[in-house]
Amino acid sequence: MSKADNKDTSEQSEFRSYCQDWLAKNHPGRPDVKIPQGALELSDPAALAWLQTWQKSAYDAGMIGCDYPVEVGGGGKTDCQAIANQEMQRAKTPYLPNIIGMGMAAPTIFFHAQDDVKAELLPKLLSGEDIWCQGFSEPGAGSDLANQQTFAERDGDNWVINGHKVWTSLAHFASWMILLCRTSKDDKYNGLSYFVVPIQSVIGNGVTVRPLIKMTGETGFNEVLFENLVVEDRYRLDEVGAGWKVAMTTLAHERGAGPLVTPASGGMSLEEGTSVSTSSTLSLINLARNQNRNGKTAADDPIIRDEIIKLVIRQESMRQNGRRTAIPSLTDHPMRIPLQGKLVGTELNQDMAELAYQIEGAASSLNVTDDNAPAGGQWPLAYMNSFGITIAAGANEVQRNILGERVLGLPKSK
Amino acid sequence: MAEQPKNFGFGEDETMLRDSAQKFFLDNCSADKIHGLVAHDHNVHRSNECLWDKTLWQQIVELGWTAVCVPEAAGGVGMPLVAAVALAEEIGKAAFPSPLLSTYSATFVLNACQSDEATKALGEIAGGKATSLAVTNQQGSWETTDTDVSIDDGKLNGVTYFVQDARKADQFVVSAKHDGEVGLYLIDSNADGVEIIPDNIIDLTRDQAHIRFKNAHAIELAAPGAGDKAINEAMPAILCIVSADMVGAGEWLLQTTVEYAKTRVQFDRPLGFFQAVKHPLVNVMLDIDRAKSLTYNAACAVDTDAENAEKFARMAKSQAGDMAVFSSSRAVQFHGGIGFTWECYVHLFFKRQMHNQVLYGDAKYHRAKLADMLIGVAA
Repeated sequence: MSKADNKDTSEQSEFRSYCQDWLAKNHPGRPDVKIPQGALELSDPAALAWLQTWQKSAYDAGMIGCDYPVEVGGGGKTDCQAIANQEMQRAKTPYLPNIIGMGMAAPTIFFHAQDDVKAELLPKLLSGEDIWCQGFSEPGAGSDLANQQTFAERDGDNWVINGHKVWTSLAHFASWMILLCRTSKDDKYNGLSYFVVPIQSVIGNGVTVRPLIKMTGETGFNEVLFENLVVEDRYRLDEVGAGWKVAMTTLAHERGAGPLVTPASGGMSLEEGTSVSTSSTLSLINLARNQNRNGKTAADDPIIRDEIIKLVIRQESMRQNGRRTAIPSLTDHPMRIPLQGKLVGTELNQDMAELAYQIEGAASSLNVTDDNAPAGGQWPLAYMNSFGITIAAGANEVQRNILGERVLGLPKSK
Repeated sequence: MAEQPKNFGFGEDETMLRDSAQKFFLDNCSADKIHGLVAHDHNVHRSNECLWDKTLWQQIVELGWTAVCVPEAAGGVGMPLVAAVALAEEIGKAAFPSPLLSTYSATFVLNACQSDEATKALGEIAGGKATSLAVTNQQGSWETTDTDVSIDDGKLNGVTYFVQDARKADQFVVSAKHDGEVGLYLIDSNADGVEIIPDNIIDLTRDQAHIRFKNAHAIELAAPGAGDKAINEAMPAILCIVSADMVGAGEWLLQTTVEYAKTRVQFDRPLGFFQAVKHPLVNVMLDIDRAKSLTYNAACAVDTDAENAEKFARMAKSQAGDMAVFSSSRAVQFHGGIGFTWECYVHLFFKRQMHNQVLYGDAKYHRAKLADMLIGVAA
């Protein structure tokens, strides 16, 4: 067996030990504020500020944006973001708050914006000082994303924007938004253009942000109204009418199928007084050991055991799919596994949280606010929140269309 | 825990072997040809012939495929299990009737015996001797201590069941008990006291038999007490090989059904336009990819990470078993009326998948074993 197949490049290996060393000394420790399960649930400015401090310190240490060029605030390295991610997760760090910025806005800006805009926006995006949101969905443009009605009208060197965006996560904290909108009514797809637009600095001056309340009672996403917002032309990404093409760059990265690896830390359990991670099958097994069922524990019930192991196998298969997709000779289509990522990941999380209801039994009825709720009530909360991600970023039904059409070559369903 | 190579150990040699197998089956074993060979007679009361192409088998032996996993010291090529897994996938994709996969399973059991006689038998496999395991009792138990055969004074007595490729094999590795302990024994298929009684099986692409031994002289490969341990040690590799066969067959079923869904028109549209067809086909693909990645991972663990091999192999077989059922049921269903007929090739793969899903334990069996390992034995 050739050991070379298993080794980091010398740059990666040096960087890996640097990350390990830095994380050992600079882990932020326990938060002094209550941090929600994920960045999209952030509503307390103090929680955001604590996470922004973490992102900034990791950025300053060179672990965020490692593969972006130095000129745009990156680390100028090759294939090192994945290394940083592995080490940040191994060190059980908090998650990064600017997830839409890093996962969707940054690669889109990097591949489509003019150079001065990249240099202006990317450093503060990667450091987490500027929080970003995504203006894609509209009341009439959900799964049918190209049905955009928000309109940008040219006015000399500026554009004037009017319209209504919904389900806009993090807009209440966002300095900037990536915006897909219509610049021509003549053609559904070729009438779209793509902009980056300011939010925070123009609230009350062309922009209104209003919170939407999720089924859990938490805030986290918003509706955003544009009324004659004026945006400079240099904030347009790519050509007028090329918005759909640019949006594909965003969506590819959102689905984990783009060329740039998104910075991602995590692994630290942040829920107060508990050690629950609702994305871990080990937590599910621990839960089963602590819940009674028919005079024994749920972990002794053969059907519960079978269901848990099914999920353990699915989780392992996701890891191994990720490993296999890096070896081109082991897949017949380069997008076959990458395009599955969002679908299988979100459905696994949903099914794990759903099984937790059955493991908890009657006690699954207890809300997070009830002292007797098992595991702090985090599992039922995670189940409700899991629908956010099976619906967002292209509902999983749309993902199945994409896989069927692009990978299997089946006729388009429209 | 040993760190596995990122590429599952799938290097240049393994890729070349896989590619040459792909070409071999493309050139020699179209579904049309296999159907003509094994399904020419649809009569349920047809004679129970063993239908396979011995000329192709001879070519396979000459290509050295039986030697792939035999250690170099025993006269083989000594490639990692992933190489055999890649070949097994191609065999599954062709639904190819041959004793190769049984021979691979036997190879890993012989490897685990670590006796001079076993090394000699491995050399014979490298030379082309088809070998099959005879390690299952009448109840079809997959527990390696269960056997209905006894050994006394070097003579086998009793009946062994569910022996794969029995009429294609030149010799058998038989588990037998002496004073309650299991040993392993080698015997030629045409030796005195060996009676091969073919089962009437549903899968047309292989054969199966029970074998009655009457004072049949056998060679000891592993002494009583060591036989079940050797099978246990080889079991992860065996599970990988069966899983790979299912992955290959699953891919054939998927691609064939996708082609049909692109061309068959109903309600003025190709079937694949309808999401009631498109989405389940995508689900089949997801299931195949899970099984494929888990199988490569398990095979790689057998090669480089032995302490995790059993866990990963049970995961692979469980996932592959469920996928085998799902891929074959959707293929028949989406081919509609034609999919339900003998003339449509889908039934060859359907039957092979249903045979494979229970072989060496079905999905639920392996999940129960995994639960004992990962959750702890239930109270």
